[in-house]
Amino acid sequence: MATIESGTEIKINVHDHHDHEHDHHHEESFISKYIFSQDHKMISRQFLITGIFWSFVGVLFSVLFRLQLAWPDESFPILETLLGKWAAGGKLAPNFYYALVTMHGTIMVFFVLTAGLSGTFSNLLIPLQIGARDMASPFLNMLSYWFFFLSGFIMLVSLFISTGPADGGWTAYPPLNALPQASSGSQFGMTLWLLSMAMFVVSSLLGGLNYITTILNMRTEGMTMMRLPLTIWAFFFTAVLGVLSFPVLLSGAILLLFDRHLGTSFYLSDIYIGGQPLTNAAGELLQGGSPILFQHLFWFLGHPEVYIIILPAMGMVSHVLATNSRKPIFGYSAMVMSILAITVLAFLVWAHHMFVSGLNPFIGSIFVLFTLLIAVPSAIKVFNWIGTIWRGNINFTPDTLFAIGFVSLFISGGLTGIYLGNSALDIPLHDTYFVVAHFHIVMGLAGGFGLFVGVYHWFPKMFNGRQMNNTMGYIHFWVTFVGSYLIFWPMHYMGMTGVPRRYFQFSNFETFNVYGELNVFITIAALVVFFAQFIFLINFIYSALYGPKIKTLNPYLSNTLEWTTPIEPGHGNWPGAIPPVYRGPYEYGKNGTDFVPQHLPDNAIWPKEEKETKTELA
Amino acid sequence: MLTTFLGLSIIALVLVIVFQIAKANELVASLKGEEVVINRNRINAMLFLLFLIFGMIGAVWSTFHYAPKFLPVPSSEHGVWLRNMFFWTLVATVPVFIVTHIALFIFTFQYKHDGTRSAYYFPGSNRLELIWTAIPAVVMILLVYEGMRSWYKITGPAPKEAMVVEATGQQFFWTLRYGGADNKTGKKSVKLINGDNALGLDWEDKDNHDDFIADELHLKVNQPVLVKISAIDVLHSFYLPHFRVKMDAVPGIPTQFWFTPTKTTKQMREELNNPNFNYELACAELCGQAHFNMRKVVVVEEEAEFNQWLAKQEPAYAKMKASSNATPDSGTTGNTQQN
Ligand code: HEM
Ligand SMILES: [Cu+2]
Ligand SMILES: [Cu+2]
Repeated sequence: MATIESGTEIKINVHDHHDHEHDHHHEESFISKYIFSQDHKMISRQFLITGIFWSFVGVLFSVLFRLQLAWPDESFPILETLLGKWAAGGKLAPNFYYALVTMHGTIMVFFVLTAGLSGTFSNLLIPLQIGARDMASPFLNMLSYWFFFLSGFIMLVSLFISTGPADGGWTAYPPLNALPQASSGSQFGMTLWLLSMAMFVVSSLLGGLNYITTILNMRTEGMTMMRLPLTIWAFFFTAVLGVLSFPVLLSGAILLLFDRHLGTSFYLSDIYIGGQPLTNAAGELLQGGSPILFQHLFWFLGHPEVYIIILPAMGMVSHVLATNSRKPIFGYSAMVMSILAITVLAFLVWAHHMFVSGLNPFIGSIFVLFTLLIAVPSAIKVFNWIGTIWRGNINFTPDTLFAIGFVSLFISGGLTGIYLGNSALDIPLHDTYFVVAHFHIVMGLAGGFGLFVGVYHWFPKMFNGRQMNNTMGYIHFWVTFVGSYLIFWPMHYMGMTGVPRRYFQFSNFETFNVYGELNVFITIAALVVFFAQFIFLINFIYSALYGPKIKTLNPYLSNTLEWTTPIEPGHGNWPGAIPPVYRGPYEYGKNGTDFVPQHLPDNAIWPKEEKETKTELA
Repeated sequence: MLTTFLGLSIIALVLVIVFQIAKANELVASLKGEEVVINRNRINAMLFLLFLIFGMIGAVWSTFHYAPKFLPVPSSEHGVWLRNMFFWTLVATVPVFIVTHIALFIFTFQYKHDGTRSAYYFPGSNRLELIWTAIPAVVMILLVYEGMRSWYKITGPAPKEAMVVEATGQQFFWTLRYGGADNKTGKKSVKLINGDNALGLDWEDKDNHDDFIADELHLKVNQPVLVKISAIDVLHSFYLPHFRVKMDAVPGIPTQFWFTPTKTTKQMREELNNPNFNYELACAELCGQAHFNMRKVVVVEEEAEFNQWLAKQEPAYAKMKASSNATPDSGTTGNTQQN
């Protein structure tokens, strides 16, 4: 125990005399400090707050369409008040139901779980944990946020236009989403959707290139790659995935814009719609395009995208589990290798979303092989997390709770992927509620839990040393954890009955119309979980403004560099020199010492054992 | 309106109460320090243990509770293979689900920080990593092998004796065309679509002359059927849940699926004890605002009944001729490219 204290002391000594003033003395204007800020910490806050805004919009939409699924015959006057003509008489119009579903998916996947999760924490943690003063290009970093903002703004506008927002699913498959005749959301709403996505791609490319460059070039002295915290490894491969796959989505979206507005037929062939064959300007039937091409382009991003969402969550979960179990992460290099394996395999599995699209069965079988193989590194990670808490000394702060919840969700949702990944089994399961259960548990919930892990854990670093209220954190966790299982677990059963997803109501089919009560149950659970998120929101806002401040630099007794910065780090992060690094990030409990910060040399921690350690190393 | 307002007020009130209690609670905690931390660890660890116990009970209970609603034993030959595959996948995954969850929550419970113990320094074990890489890898390979055996049989060429039916998806209904006496569906083109000719059949192709359009999907039991699937506007997906059949309908790219129905509608009605039971055809790919409403009834029957039904069907060509005697010669020109 004595050594712990000396460790803390030394660290404080190192910084104390710089601590009181930031080294930037010039006055920053409101605009350059809060709006067009180039400080990665401020940009991270911007991503987070924008992400939280969108998460409430996205989840609200799901609550609205859940009302329809639970009580298809009921009318809700409040809906007409909120939505006007889209819910005339208090009942959602079918095309607006689909618009809500589409917007829910788009918002949650891209704005909340990509920008809100990876954008926030890559920005916050990369410079702080690798020991850099800022990103490689603070300016591009700022642009990255503002393109995201613009993307969100365009999407927001699309909610209010008279023909309604895009309503053809977040996957935007043509021809439905190419032909304005096919659906009201395929009119101007879809154009805006595509523009919004294009802006989003620009944002994530600017961000991703910056993250990669920063991690590769700006690590502090001694911070070798194998001493990086697992968070950084995760952000690194997330950025690699994004940089290599988002451009493909962009090209897919641009071709779709061409088909919509310039009369090309990349995705269109042999179509008869609106009472006539679809022809080009010369009156010839459009032929030769392939809707399946779009699916390839979309899922070449779409699958890596799901790992873009989950890798940062995995990184933060690993980090928090090790820190709060006071144990090294189990199998650090296995963890790094499994992220690498996931990254590589993530590019080789996209067609598992297309097993019944008319894909060549032989090609399908190759994708089965890679898809099931990706379960192996995923399993390795789970075993390592469990190994990490084994014989630990776990402190149940809210971030730990969410991290443990994450592991459970990832197991539950990952295992159903094994069913879906086997093409033959996917025939009955594809596009049913089984898939809805799978991806919400493994990506939606797990990704969301990752976000909460990050917010609860790094809140003091983000908001000037203020802490969140733990009691509210506990209530938030337990309601969310139990509630989300209650929402999504039963959907497997609906899938076993073959109930298709994206159905406005089930009463047209005897086969599917057997879950009336269960649908009510699910909606009630969804309402409870939705309102529980306000506990988080209140806690977040109140704590950011008035929360009690941490009294020491390093409240979790953590090893990593972000806790060596002042409680309120200025632009540039460290007032003095950036500390060099002497060791890996997870040396908890080594030689009986509770924690061994990365920036302390051996002789500062074990002065008496210095010789022993040296001989050990040699 | 009033109830909504009341409901929201109550929720707001609950939130305010939670907030106030939580604030007070944290204040006390910050005064008491370590003691509260340990107490909270105990409570949360206990809750995880309860979650494990009640979660497992709930999962088992609800599975048995809802099992009667699951699709009945598949009514097709390949459906039964898929059912077996599902079973083997359960065998591979359920134990993993249970063991990992027990480990996760038992460790959570047991290794809470309670002031009496400290963490055991253990940064990993290559041997363990090797074991838990190799075992899943082998299991996955076995599942892939099992899956591929069924997959290739299902997607392989249809038997020659298969009856040919064509399903065309369109917003928002299916059109079913039978190959007729020659068991061949003739050429068609969207350019030829008009009032008399909803599918755009090319009357110059003699194969079309005996084709007929049916408003229910009638199938002969134990007779393989090859469904040729297409769409003329947006994507749809030909979906027969009871037969475990699903295949997208893609404009411009014909797809197909063959299968063998093994149980008649009558047998199913008896088996399920439901005299109103019907097999259904649905759409499984979002195709627009009435996607949820693309239903057709499917009837599987014995040969004799099927033939009776068949005798009543009138070829589309004959129908067209009958009406075009009034307005002669419609839609016989143009290139054709699909069949
Ligand atoms: C254990 C590894 C996994 C396997 C084998 C797997 C397999 C699959 C397969 C085959 C599908 C397509 C199902 C269908 O549409 O019929 C699917 C859907 C999906 N998976 Fe996974 N998955 C795995 C893990 C994940 C992870 C980690 C995520 C996200 C973090 C994820 C997110 C999704 C999403 C979002 C969809 C549905 C997309 C849509 O159609 O809207 N999966 N998964
Ligand atoms: Cu995927
Ligand atoms: Cu449809």
